Amino acid sequence: MNALFSYLVFPGFLFTAGIGCVASWLDRKVTARVQWRVGPPFFQPVFDLAKLMVKETVIPRGCVRTLFLGAPLFGLAAVTLVSTLIWKILLNPETAFAGDLIVILYLLMIPGLSVIIGGFSSRNPIASLGASREMKLMLADELPFILAVSVPIIQAKGSISLGFILGYQETYGMILGTWSGALAFIAAILAMQAKLALVPFDMAEAETELMGGVMVEYSGPPLAVFKLTRIMMLFTLPMLLVALFMGGVRFSGFGILWSVLKFALLLVLVTLIRNTNPRLRIDQAVRFLWGPVAGIAAVAVVLAILGL
Amino acid sequence: MNMGFKLNALTRSLWVYHLSTGSCNNCDIEILDCLTPRYDLERFGITLVGSPKHADVLLVTGNMTLKNIPRVKKVYESMAKPGVVIAVGTCALGHGIFKGSYICPQCVDEVLPVNLYIPGCPPKPEAILAGVVKLIKHLREKKT
Repeated sequence: MNALFSYLVFPGFLFTAGIGCVASWLDRKVTARVQWRVGPPFFQPVFDLAKLMVKETVIPRGCVRTLFLGAPLFGLAAVTLVSTLIWKILLNPETAFAGDLIVILYLLMIPGLSVIIGGFSSRNPIASLGASREMKLMLADELPFILAVSVPIIQAKGSISLGFILGYQETYGMILGTWSGALAFIAAILAMQAKLALVPFDMAEAETELMGGVMVEYSGPPLAVFKLTRIMMLFTLPMLLVALFMGGVRFSGFGILWSVLKFALLLVLVTLIRNTNPRLRIDQAVRFLWGPVAGIAAVAVVLAILGL
Repeated sequence: MNMGFKLNALTRSLWVYHLSTGSCNNCDIEILDCLTPRYDLERFGITLVGSPKHADVLLVTGNMTLKNIPRVKKVYESMAKPGVVIAVGTCALGHGIFKGSYICPQCVDEVLPVNLYIPGCPPKPEAILAGVVKLIKHLREKKT
């Protein structure tokens, strides 16, 4: 019962979706301000989701029905589970278990996988093209992301546990404060941008050239679930980086403000990257993520092993 | 789920699929003008989407050429309902200067159920905005 509550309400589905909607609004509002526009009202993400929920679901002829309708749910279930895990550990580091970071990393891949499954099962050439790009992008962003995540692990004396990393930062200060930590943080932000499928790494959706790419055949509630997954990822991934590199969150006095500020800063940084860059081609993106970004992360790992 | 709630939800986040059926691109440029900082339609939750499956509004410009009629029907059928159709520009309303031409036998409203007509050659962004506001008001009144 307790587990069900934490999965569905706090800190699972409802909490993540709520804060995710705020994060999504902030992202759109900052985008609008960068372009000297007014931007959408505060409840816009909620309106969008509500509207999509009442729309008709069009199922294309010849698609794999179960996979087409099931794919969005895999992603949503996975991102909810990741968020619950991360928040459980943030709220109470005692609940961490050995290897929880590995569980988090593989669960974070499932939203991407669900997009690929949905794209391929919808029997649309454009969606297939988008799905194949998403697949390549996933291969590209996993390497720098895992290298960057291994820096806190090495610094925390080789413990693959988010709770232990949080405890380590409690005593020795933020991992971001060290040279290796700062370099790994830069690589992690760029890999996160690719995981969130935001510009410059949105070639799988590419509104202007692929008409929505992987989601081109989706409409109504399944599309809403995909959008919700994106919205929740926008909250979960920055929170993971806050936990790994910036010492997690506090719940007393100014600690709350400082925690919110850390998350908001990371989110605005992501938005600014998205607003000041053009979309890359898939080959450029793979070259960028496997070249410079993975290079930075590798240097960070070497520095971490040297103890800097 | 009654129709009123659906329409109310629809008016708060209209996603527009822009379909040109052989226009001279002048109306299309004016439509894009509505998304610029000066007019900013995103204030009302209106955005352009790339696929008709995502759209709530089918925005039709141009004088519906013979070749385009079956395609327009196909796009309308693939749009998820409930949805509305807006015809923009003199060509889409009647045929403008192409009236009587062999290449455009039908108007947009003879093929699709048009909910809103915005006249002008091209209509100003202000006119498009005023039309959209009227449509939203009309849809909200319909629910009661």
